[in-house]
Amino acid sequence: MDFELMFNSFPKLLEATVVTLKLLTASLFFGLFFGLFFAILRLNKNIFINKFAYGYSYIFRGTPLLVQIFIIYFGLGQIEYLRTTFLWVILKEPYWCAIIAFTLNTGAYTSEILRSAFQTIKPGIIEAGKSLGISNKIIFYKIQIPIAIRQSLPAYGNEIILMMKGTSLASTVTLMDLTGVAKYIISTTFKPIEVFIVAGGIYLFMTFIIHNVIKYLEKKYSFQQ
Amino acid sequence: MELLAFGKTGWGDELFYATLMTIAVSITAMLIGFFFALIFTPLKLSKYKTLNLISNCYTTVIRGVPELLVIYLFFFGGSGAIMYVASIIGYYEYIEINAFITGSMAIGIISGAYSTEVFRGAIQSIDKGQFEAAKVLGISKFGQFYKIILPQMLRLAIPNLSNVWQITLKDTSLISVTGLVEIMRQSYIAAGSTRDPLFFYSFAAILYLLLTYVSMKLINKLEVKYSRGY
Repeated sequence: MDFELMFNSFPKLLEATVVTLKLLTASLFFGLFFGLFFAILRLNKNIFINKFAYGYSYIFRGTPLLVQIFIIYFGLGQIEYLRTTFLWVILKEPYWCAIIAFTLNTGAYTSEILRSAFQTIKPGIIEAGKSLGISNKIIFYKIQIPIAIRQSLPAYGNEIILMMKGTSLASTVTLMDLTGVAKYIISTTFKPIEVFIVAGGIYLFMTFIIHNVIKYLEKKYSFQQ
Repeated sequence: MELLAFGKTGWGDELFYATLMTIAVSITAMLIGFFFALIFTPLKLSKYKTLNLISNCYTTVIRGVPELLVIYLFFFGGSGAIMYVASIIGYYEYIEINAFITGSMAIGIISGAYSTEVFRGAIQSIDKGQFEAAKVLGISKFGQFYKIILPQMLRLAIPNLSNVWQITLKDTSLISVTGLVEIMRQSYIAAGSTRDPLFFYSFAAILYLLLTYVSMKLINKLEVKYSRGY
């Protein structure tokens, strides 16, 4: 055990954790909107809209995240037309490519989580709203969405942890996130176990925090108060 | 389309073998995972706190740390660890483990952590009365497990195991960083030499979709088989 290396690499890894956290928050933020949007499409009665949303979530849940990042980072740059548009400013940056890929990926999973949450809402609650003369829009925003969010908290907590682990793939497109820096230190010092303990420890700590925050929120917003 | 031709002109046959490699790694990893689950599930359900702790450490660490980091640990640390063990026996030559074994070990340990949780959940949801009835009838511990607990447990475990299989299948794409030629690595090579990454990575995505689709269909059949009588 090389404790000196562990001690020295800790600040470097901590610095890289900031990149990981940035990637995570950005993709979760955009992903939540994507997920909500596609969950609403999934509940639409129009079969084409419905199938479109299902296709989106099926494709992004059925393929590895690595393929998605590679298509967006290496693949899209190949289209000549895209290079001439303003989108190229975003797409040439590995940072934004990673965020786009993570957003689309977590959006697909989130849409499934929210859809099942919407579907488990008892019809009686909506009927009660209707019989009180509340408009459909307000029923949706004030009754259905809050209940759906509460219902999907445990599953969404898992999704956050999965996404946190997913951000490690950003290191494959040259970004120096926690895993990227860990790999760099491993390949220069050839001390994989020490670096793994430190980097893994940081990841576990983040998992621990996320897990407990979700648990707290679940308790706070539980129905029996 | 000529990019996908078989033979020397296209990448069809290379990608076909790469797909077989992905399937082989996934199945090997899944079996290694079952092996780990077989060790750690009893530990998790054991009465002794230390054994519980060991098993909990395993599942928590593996499920809380990115797969890529575990793969790097095995890739860079695997042959070192083996050589260390060999040096104790008195063998000092350089040992290189091939990418297939390193990769399936890494993915296997990850899928083992998920399988352990699945098996634990399945066993715990079997009615206590079943265990007691078996004991009263004087059935041996071995018989209890194989003839009474296992068949009931499988029915409950299959839907969740199919999730584990999907995760494992998708995780194998990460072994491409170690140089094992599976779908992802082959697409990377093809994309590099033809300068057509969009086509090859999209094709890789289609191959993965196909694999997940077909395996879902097969697993659904299994599910029907094990739910007979319910």
